[in-house]
Amino acid sequence: MIEVVNVYKSFGSHEVLKNISAQFKPGSTNLIIGASGSGKTTLMKCMVGLHEVSSGEVYYNGRDFTKLDFKSRIPIRKEIGMLFQGVALFDSMTVQENIMFPLNMFSDQSHEEKLERVNFCLKRVDLDGVNKLLPSELSGGMKKRVGIARAIAMKPEYLYCDEPNSGLDPKTSILIDQLIQEITHEYEMTTIVVTHDMNSVMEIGEHIIFIYDGELKWEGNNQDILHSDSPDLDNFIFASKFMQALKKNK
Amino acid sequence: MILEHFGRYCLLIHSLFLKPEKFSVYWKEILREMVSIGIGSLGIVVIISLFFGMVTAVQTAAQLIDSIFISKSVIGTITRDSSILELSPTIGCLVLAGRVGSNIASQIGTMRVTEQIDALEIMGINSSGYLILPKIIACITMIPMLIILSMALSIFGGLIAGGLAGIVSRQEYIAGITGGFQTRYLVIGLIKSFIYGFIISSIAAYQGFYTKGGALDVGKSSTRAVVFSSVAILLFDYIVAQLFL
Repeated sequence: MIEVVNVYKSFGSHEVLKNISAQFKPGSTNLIIGASGSGKTTLMKCMVGLHEVSSGEVYYNGRDFTKLDFKSRIPIRKEIGMLFQGVALFDSMTVQENIMFPLNMFSDQSHEEKLERVNFCLKRVDLDGVNKLLPSELSGGMKKRVGIARAIAMKPEYLYCDEPNSGLDPKTSILIDQLIQEITHEYEMTTIVVTHDMNSVMEIGEHIIFIYDGELKWEGNNQDILHSDSPDLDNFIFASKFMQALKKNK
Repeated sequence: MILEHFGRYCLLIHSLFLKPEKFSVYWKEILREMVSIGIGSLGIVVIISLFFGMVTAVQTAAQLIDSIFISKSVIGTITRDSSILELSPTIGCLVLAGRVGSNIASQIGTMRVTEQIDALEIMGINSSGYLILPKIIACITMIPMLIILSMALSIFGGLIAGGLAGIVSRQEYIAGITGGFQTRYLVIGLIKSFIYGFIISSIAAYQGFYTKGGALDVGKSSTRAVVFSSVAILLFDYIVAQLFL
């Protein structure tokens, strides 16, 4: 479980996160949603240590991540997998080398064992036989899948996904969302997805927190998000004419 | 502002010396960088070095043309000493700052803006150590080797130019380059190339590592890497000359 306690973050005098507290449970897809600039990506970066919090704590199964130095964080980081918005595959490496990279760095397995793991991960994301391709030879959806395969290569306990649908068509987006949810349930991972895609919210939002202007304004799931009493969340969800019409018809 | 950059630069260099996650992976990277920097720069080094010597020989001859008291073998001596002390290490490294430095800065800068460095950090890898240390080690080993080659080719270039233009005979030129040779000039030239190798790689890596923004900013980092390392090379050229000559 990941627990965020009173996380506050400012850049100079600009307050980005204002005392956010939340719990993210294993085996479910947790969504952090909000408009662009609301602070959701900053929250995620604070949780994984890419930004240092100004105050507050982030606990991974009771271990306070924010108090640890670089070296002490390594054991926790080995338990984290992450899918970046731009996927962040190493473009000088093939698909196989990308997925094998964390294994090469941290595992003492033989090459054959590592290769077996790579093939397993690729199969899990429905991408057999692309081992020797370079990231530049893959489509957007395939890159996302490879990103997921690399993220799960070390059998992480925690999976972060930063806007996994960005740049994808609606159908591929849904497939990626479903893949993330399946993997989460299968491996009992604590998955956190940062998104502002309403399709994702409705598809996989088992636990959702809504951030508005750096504050946590609403918490719930995809069943009750359409009936929230938060005006800020309403403005966010029903921003499009389609959603407004949907609400009117209801 | 300058102090802030210098402080960050020192912290970055300090962070390189954390224990490597896996030595074998680092070793492979070092070898890969050595090939990229060493073999990759051979062509440009060969071309510029030959011309260093050819131009020096012709210009020295032009200044001695009316003198009947100075032996033409001096052309060989001046070409040799200029090549070893200044042309190959300093001008050669200024050229390498353009070729190697801009490459390092743009490579690391691109990794920064495409979140590849963040990906390394998330995996628990010391990104600065993994990305920068192999490049610095490759530069401080390969650049002195390239400069030794450059010195030899520059002296050989002088011989070619002397023969082609008929300004100095082969025997006179060889007498010039073999007479009065001072080993300390070679040592000073190698010290310079070692220092410049560190300057080129570390400044370029610093510029790339702290790139912010997008593709345009990668280009700016690359330009800054070449400009700052060129200035630093000339500054240290003066310091080394003051200290050792």
